[in-house]
Amino acid sequence: MHPIRKKRLTIVVFLMAGIAIAVGLTTYALRQNINLFYDPTQIAAGEAPTDVRIRAGGMVEEGSVQRESDSLKVQFRVTDYSASVPVQYDGILPDLFAEGQGVVAMGRLNSEGLFVADQVLAKHDENYMPPEVADSLERAEKSRADAEKAAQSASY
Amino acid sequence: MWQFFHKLGSPKWFYGIATRFMPWLLVAGLMLLLAGLVWGLAFAPKDYLQGNSYRIIFIHVPTAFLAQSMYIMMAAAGVVTLVWRMKLADVFVKAVAPVGLVFTFLSLFTGAVWGKPTWGTWWIWDARLTSMLILLFLYGGVIALDRAINDEKSAARAVAVLVLVGVVNIPIIKYSVEWWNTLHQPATLKLTEEPSMPTEMLVPLLLSIAGLYLLFGWLACLRMKTEILVREQRTRWVKDMIMAGGR
Repeated sequence: MHPIRKKRLTIVVFLMAGIAIAVGLTTYALRQNINLFYDPTQIAAGEAPTDVRIRAGGMVEEGSVQRESDSLKVQFRVTDYSASVPVQYDGILPDLFAEGQGVVAMGRLNSEGLFVADQVLAKHDENYMPPEVADSLERAEKSRADAEKAAQSASY
Repeated sequence: MWQFFHKLGSPKWFYGIATRFMPWLLVAGLMLLLAGLVWGLAFAPKDYLQGNSYRIIFIHVPTAFLAQSMYIMMAAAGVVTLVWRMKLADVFVKAVAPVGLVFTFLSLFTGAVWGKPTWGTWWIWDARLTSMLILLFLYGGVIALDRAINDEKSAARAVAVLVLVGVVNIPIIKYSVEWWNTLHQPATLKLTEEPSMPTEMLVPLLLSIAGLYLLFGWLACLRMKTEILVREQRTRWVKDMIMAGGR
């Protein structure tokens, strides 16, 4: 390669490496601000501030959704399978909201550790499948659980 | 290899090659894209959770893929402009930037249309959406900077530097969903792992992606040819070609 071009190429490489390092350090320093939400473990550890508008995200715990019969008020727990946070919400939930699905709730954490949400968004995962496949997966899961239960009761 | 590389720098040679390949790119691209879209939008099975609204993936993912690939290609061309001062590299950047802007906008728009029924919001300032918005502004900046400088050579260099500065945003877009907590889901198509999608959804998606890439190749050739004609209008070969009634 021509020496002038080599020199220019070195400058370009240094330029890009410098920018990459600068941006890398900046985003690393700002990581807590870039994170969209706190997960339940962080909230349980007391990393999330109380009485400030924040977001909490995770999975809706199975069997934790309680609706009031005469209003839109709903209570559920958001979990990341190592800690969970109780959430209270008064409003219309998105279509994809269900137990075992991901959500991101926006609101305030009060001093008793209850997260009072004013907006609940559904978080979709990267898995796609036809309804029949999902059904048969569920059936297989169920029959396996049943078989396990039967085996357990037989062993008693 | 070096000979091919230097030949590529000749606008006349590129003009001829592009004219020859363009019909193939157009026909193959249209066929693949139509097959992918018709299959994906009408025949692929519904998603168990989202129902039919997931079908926007067949437009959203190809446009988003391409918007990022174009920027990487522009950055490669930017290195060539700065190091080898090849005119054709600058022609490429100039021809592709508006296409990139449109595709980035399309992916943001289709994402918002899907986000409203699925997430419950059009827009959220999460890392993926924000970095994609920055990509849109980068494309806009490249176009504006190029128009702002009258001298062709200084414009080419300034634009190349801007493109290279902005390329750091591409890995941020790609890995934003893994590095930070985002509302946007992680990638369904992965390079190293099995895609988390059944074959009857995956094949139409891959077809649309391949089709859109080929169509982009056609569009890039078309726009580059136009730009070459404008820049080389006083040269012998362009005058000869037009006198001969060629295209």
